[in-house]
Amino acid sequence: MTQITPSASKMPTPRSNLKNWIGVIPFFLFALLFIFLPSLRLFVGGFTNADGQFTFENVIELFTQKYILDSYLLSIRISAVTALGGGIFGFLLAYSVTVGGLPKPLRSALVTFSGVASNFAGVPLAFAFVATLGRTGFVTAVLKDVFGYNIYDAGFNLYSFLGLSLTYMYFQFPLMVLIMAPALDGLKREWREAAENLGANSMQYWLRIALPVLLPSILGAMILLFGNAFGAYATAYALTGGRLPIITIQIGAQVRGDVLHNPNLGNAMAMGMVFIMAITLAGYSWLQGKSERWLR
Amino acid sequence: MNMTARLRKIPFWSSVWFILGLLYFVMPLLATFEFSLGMERDVIGFKAYESAFADPEFLETFGYSVFLATMTIMVSIILIVPTAYWIRLRLPEARRIVEFITLLPFVIPAIILVFGLIRVYSSPLEVPFLDRLLDTKIVLVQPLTNFKFGTNVLIIGGYMVLGLPYMYRSVDTGMRTVDVRTLTEAAQSLGASWSTIIVRVILPNIRTALLSGALLTFAIVVGEVVLASFLGVPAFGPYLFLLGQHRAYEPAALTFTTFLLTWAAMGIIQLITGGQEQVSGAH
Repeated sequence: MTQITPSASKMPTPRSNLKNWIGVIPFFLFALLFIFLPSLRLFVGGFTNADGQFTFENVIELFTQKYILDSYLLSIRISAVTALGGGIFGFLLAYSVTVGGLPKPLRSALVTFSGVASNFAGVPLAFAFVATLGRTGFVTAVLKDVFGYNIYDAGFNLYSFLGLSLTYMYFQFPLMVLIMAPALDGLKREWREAAENLGANSMQYWLRIALPVLLPSILGAMILLFGNAFGAYATAYALTGGRLPIITIQIGAQVRGDVLHNPNLGNAMAMGMVFIMAITLAGYSWLQGKSERWLR
Repeated sequence: MNMTARLRKIPFWSSVWFILGLLYFVMPLLATFEFSLGMERDVIGFKAYESAFADPEFLETFGYSVFLATMTIMVSIILIVPTAYWIRLRLPEARRIVEFITLLPFVIPAIILVFGLIRVYSSPLEVPFLDRLLDTKIVLVQPLTNFKFGTNVLIIGGYMVLGLPYMYRSVDTGMRTVDVRTLTEAAQSLGASWSTIIVRVILPNIRTALLSGALLTFAIVVGEVVLASFLGVPAFGPYLFLLGQHRAYEPAALTFTTFLLTWAAMGIIQLITGGQEQVSGAH
């Protein structure tokens, strides 16, 4: 992702003096005002007590207050489940249109559709799923009328962990498709031919060659999916109205009004989220570097 | 080739995954569309759409969102194009740090961003340390969250942050494909000034990249609800959310419309970039 283009280093670069940095001052000023200052404020606040002194109390409370810890865990669980589910399904879909042998036009259709769906989140997505799998939803009705199976009698509820996961999947697996389709293109035909010449069957080729090569990309993409779900707020809020206390909902409640009666604890909660997101991004870029060894 | 032979050529499992994926994609849209048509009892019609579009509040909020999106795109371009250009031309050593910054929005979800913005900008901006020295306060700017222009600045800044990864990547990719250095030297030798170079040489050459970045930003901003509702901005996202609390059919109609808009934006990107995939994420 981050690489210095060779042309930049080969060219006789003009003497880099401090004057050149003036050109990027507006950008850094923007980053300072809208990214760093807000983050820094939350960060400092997270380590400050009510009297304005430095403390670890807020951070410790994140782990000792049961409902905060539970919110984190719920968010992590839902992100992990949808990253895994969306990752597997998205991989199979990407497989079907790349090396799976489906006609080419289907591929560009799927990629366009994935671009749309991965951006289709928030309130509209929640409404769409209410119309689909809600109590009077379309699919619910079809299943009941045609197949005589009432999913709500069977214990399904859209406003639950499973329901929210199914909704998240709508933007999760398209993202996987978008990342995996180019990676699958990177599998070289020669590898397959070489394997077949050596007597490998399809199963052996996938298990011993293709999947090991793809594994960093797959894991990296899944980590990205994890972060994608972990930061989501609007979809969950519009769907469940805050009944499913994931961490973003808790933070939202804290922004609306100081429900914790401790603003700095809210800051610490926010920083905890950024911390987890930072780990996921670091993991992603590490795996990205690994996958570039073989692909492209 | 007869029918069965043709069918045999289509791989079974790939087709299964594809059809499943298609169902997952289409079902919610179909359901929303079907629901939105049923506003009048026993009649299938577009009553919900008429009713939704006729609401003056819809026009106001949607117009406002379009305004915010346009401003976000314009200011983003004004900020990012010269930066990316300058880095390519004069300051390659800044590339890593700038690219790192453009990735930060992936780490900071919208809810955290708005939380931080409110914490920082809901207090007045004062001359620092003066109150400790002189025991008086000089307020430079009132809290940005307190007046309309200030809130607009905050939300557009916030949207620029959300769109930053996509905008920067689009622009940077665009500049990679055209040789900005040669273009610049050619323009300079003809006596063009810096502003002429950027506006009349660089911008037209990266217009495809700009358009795809702009459309992606548009898709993100128009339906955005987190920043808008927490900053109290009367945009389309919060309006749709509130409408969903007490109406049934109009929100479905607007949801379907939103989907068509997103679809249009992505379709155009696909068309102009010739299938170069845009990887993005939902928030």
